[in-house]
Amino acid sequence: MHMEKYLILNTLSYPVLSLIMLVPLVGALLSLLIKNDTYLKIFGLLVTLVTLVLSLPLYTCFDLHTAKYQFVELRHWFPLLKLHYVVGVDGISVLLVLLTTIIMPFCILCSWNYIKKRMGEFIFVTLVMETAMIGVFISLNMVLFYIFWEAMLIPMFLLIAVWGGARKDYASIKFFLYTLCGSIFLLVAIVALYIKTGTFFIPELMDHQFSFAYQVWIFLACALAFAIKIPMYPLHTWLPAAHVEAPTAGSVILASILLKMGGYGFLRFCLPMAPAATMYFMPYMIALSLISIIFGGYLALGQTDIKKLIAYSSVGHMGFVTLGIFLINDQGLKGAILQMINHGITTGGLFIMVGMIYERTHSREIADNSALGMMIPIYVTFLGIFCLSSLAFPGTNSFVGEFLVLFGAFKKNVVVGFLAIPGAILAAAYMLRLLQRMVWHDSDGHAHHHDDAADAAHGHKITDLNLREITMVVVLAVFVFWIGFYPTPLLKVMDASVTHLLHQIAAGGTPVPAAPHEGHHALLEIGNWLKQVVAF
Amino acid sequence: MDTIITSKILLTSALPMLTALLIMFSGKRPNLRESWSIIGAILTFLSVLSLLPHILAGGSYEFTLATLYPGVNIKFHLDALGILFAGTASFLWILAGFYCIGYMRGLDEHAQTRFYVCYAVAVGAAMGAAFAGSLFTLYLFYEIVSIFTYPLVAHHQDAEGYAGAKKYIVYLMFTSKAFLLPAMVIIYTQCGTLDFCYTGILNGIFPAGANHTLVVVSYLLCLFGFAKAGIMPLHNWLPSAMVAPTPVSALLHAVVVVKVGVFSICRVMLSVFGVQMLQNLNLGIITAYFVSFTIITASIIALSKSNLKARLAYSTISQLSYIILGVAMLTPSGITGGLIHIANHAFSKITLFFCAGAIFVATGKKDIKEMGGLGYRMPITMIAFGIASLSMIGVPPSCGFVTKWFLALGAMELKSVGLLVVLLASSLLNAGYFVPVFLKAFFGKPVAAEAGLTGTLENKPLILFMVVPLLITAIISLAIGIYPDLFLNIIHVMVGA
Repeated sequence: MHMEKYLILNTLSYPVLSLIMLVPLVGALLSLLIKNDTYLKIFGLLVTLVTLVLSLPLYTCFDLHTAKYQFVELRHWFPLLKLHYVVGVDGISVLLVLLTTIIMPFCILCSWNYIKKRMGEFIFVTLVMETAMIGVFISLNMVLFYIFWEAMLIPMFLLIAVWGGARKDYASIKFFLYTLCGSIFLLVAIVALYIKTGTFFIPELMDHQFSFAYQVWIFLACALAFAIKIPMYPLHTWLPAAHVEAPTAGSVILASILLKMGGYGFLRFCLPMAPAATMYFMPYMIALSLISIIFGGYLALGQTDIKKLIAYSSVGHMGFVTLGIFLINDQGLKGAILQMINHGITTGGLFIMVGMIYERTHSREIADNSALGMMIPIYVTFLGIFCLSSLAFPGTNSFVGEFLVLFGAFKKNVVVGFLAIPGAILAAAYMLRLLQRMVWHDSDGHAHHHDDAADAAHGHKITDLNLREITMVVVLAVFVFWIGFYPTPLLKVMDASVTHLLHQIAAGGTPVPAAPHEGHHALLEIGNWLKQVVAF
Repeated sequence: MDTIITSKILLTSALPMLTALLIMFSGKRPNLRESWSIIGAILTFLSVLSLLPHILAGGSYEFTLATLYPGVNIKFHLDALGILFAGTASFLWILAGFYCIGYMRGLDEHAQTRFYVCYAVAVGAAMGAAFAGSLFTLYLFYEIVSIFTYPLVAHHQDAEGYAGAKKYIVYLMFTSKAFLLPAMVIIYTQCGTLDFCYTGILNGIFPAGANHTLVVVSYLLCLFGFAKAGIMPLHNWLPSAMVAPTPVSALLHAVVVVKVGVFSICRVMLSVFGVQMLQNLNLGIITAYFVSFTIITASIIALSKSNLKARLAYSTISQLSYIILGVAMLTPSGITGGLIHIANHAFSKITLFFCAGAIFVATGKKDIKEMGGLGYRMPITMIAFGIASLSMIGVPPSCGFVTKWFLALGAMELKSVGLLVVLLASSLLNAGYFVPVFLKAFFGKPVAAEAGLTGTLENKPLILFMVVPLLITAIISLAIGIYPDLFLNIIHVMVGA
């Protein structure tokens, strides 16, 4: 088949991608048979761990020298529509798949005591979620991608709506509507692409040369979906609500993986399929990214709720990701991808830390969780590590990503570089503020000497982390420092794919002057097709 | 001479970190805890000393720990400038270690384990900065110093402590993020590497065709980014940080923290930009006049302070700029004068801070006005104070004279009357704020409440823990004034290469 030029078929002894996608789903179904809560948790953990182990060959056997899709499985599915079941990963998606499989065991672990009701349903939903997320990253077929994309919506909605906090209804509906709105435009783009090219196969679509006006529409439709997901200013307002109300596991999934889908979408669809439009919209996307960086950081500075603070910080961090993506140079793209991984680890870690303190004090307000330094030193140590990582302290993972993005920015334009700097300053400001208040200040706002008597007067005796909790944060902290000091393996994995992506953009991305009238054709085409659908 | 590639040089910054760990795990046993601190300090100093002969012979040590991205390395490179700073700081850590015992126990301070841990880590990070072989490594350790000195400044955990510590961290983190980070990125875009230039101080790492505007911008960003150097207008954190216990002010705010800032600026001027580039763009002389403003203004403010530590803080701000002034002259004598002041100022200023702390522990006094007649009750302390003051003023045979001598030579090499006037005026101002303290102590009247009290306060064991170190540093201040050859030889290797 002509598809082979884009692919390297799976040579492992087992269908690795299908397996890591299906194991959680099968696990979810089997979990319905278990009634005991403890067994359920252990089972869920085992399933995610098995998935993790199965996914490791993706890294160890990954061919660094090619930008082709690897570990590909190709099956006929619906030949009439040229619809194939085709899954594969390249240097960009493999990292996100691994991030998913690494983060998911933490989602079960951090819910050990946090989830108090409907444990069976919780494990079921979480495992289904894992299948859908992995599916999104490995699909090389637009329809398959869209199915998984939409399939994520329901479990995530349930995670917030069932196990969420006080305003869970508001938050879950808001999340649902925002994401659905974006997906609709994505669906339109997928159909439009199929009509134009007669294929759903993503690599083939990347190679297709569309007219500039057509690219503009494709770009806008896709970008809207991804800008909501990532989220980018001014479409970010669902995120703080969802984060604050979601249970710890929900927040971790949201922050660590779901937001990355936006960035992944830009890299997989917008840039290669609409290169000329990407170049055309580049200044605007850079401007929006800079606004996200500064606005997110500024809002984070004023929060009193720890989760809200981290949520707004995510807006700022993802601003760095989109900035890196739309700089369209090697350092920017690598920095953006690395920053996606880093944000997954660091912010995941931070949300886990918040969950732990919430289990102890039943409050997410900074004021209720202050002066912890003397009481729970182990907790505070790890909180410090993740906070420093979040503010891009040198030697931690985020520094490398931020440095690369800034390098790309300064290389592109010194002004853009300097405009991104306030984001870095704000990150230091809100994270140090959080750290200062949680570690040092007393809850009533009056600073005073700490001793045991004062602690006792404080009212509650807070216990430090237990073994399960220490295991979680230690593993994440290892990643923080590993990527901080030795990011080379990750950069090598993405190298070939990023270079290939830049070639694709360079080949089709010479900024064409806008052809005003052509746009209507594309719109008409879609309109005509919609009419047909309605008539049918 | 050759460059030896060895991981041995990691030991010097690892030892204090290891010490910190040992201190952490022996928090319940104060004697053991403080022994670790002293042993760690001695071993650190010895490890620096063991590297000295090869450096004096013109060689250097190097080791690359990790590569983040091509050209962005965690790399250590020890040369003469580094060992000058590392040797001074690690030696003074030993004395400060003893002094801490007297001070912290004398005042029965809380959270002493945290104090010793952060103290050790801060020294270790300073060692790392001294050994840094790339701008990124320097930045890494510079930031670690900022974070781990926060608990030391906030040590008392009262409103004043928090306010001071907040100002401290805001100034340092803001400047490093706002100025250093872009400076580093710009330098990387221009040079493709953040490693220092290892072939003498003339050439920097910038390629011939570098964009001059960006070079100037990144230079200015570096100058302001290393706010630990206390150059005005970004000096205000230093007086606020004086809320810390005095051993912190002494070692960290006279030797480690501020010197990391000044050292970094010198390092960037000499090993990133290079003398030629700075001369071509006239940046040296601009910097010299710019820091002259700090020298004079800080001295004038010091005159107005009656709190002894506040006066010392402004004196520090003023003196630090001497170092930058000297290096910014970009002449051999000027650079020598600047760099030797890293050591000279360290010994003299730590003596002064030690004295201030000893006075506070023995009498509870902070204000100069209350110190009348103190010279008769704490004679050793006040004589040491006098010696160190003379050094600050620059009176021979103290070590401060050596600095002033070379700085004046440098100014004459540049034929700059303006800088000579600055040196002269600042010496007079120094005399103006140090001599009254001394006079007050020996010729002033005791405050009414103490009128009848006599007898020395320096005979208690804990006070002796403080008095002996400050006596030693005072004697060294004189000794390296009379015999400055060791430091001059080290600097000669750097400047002559």
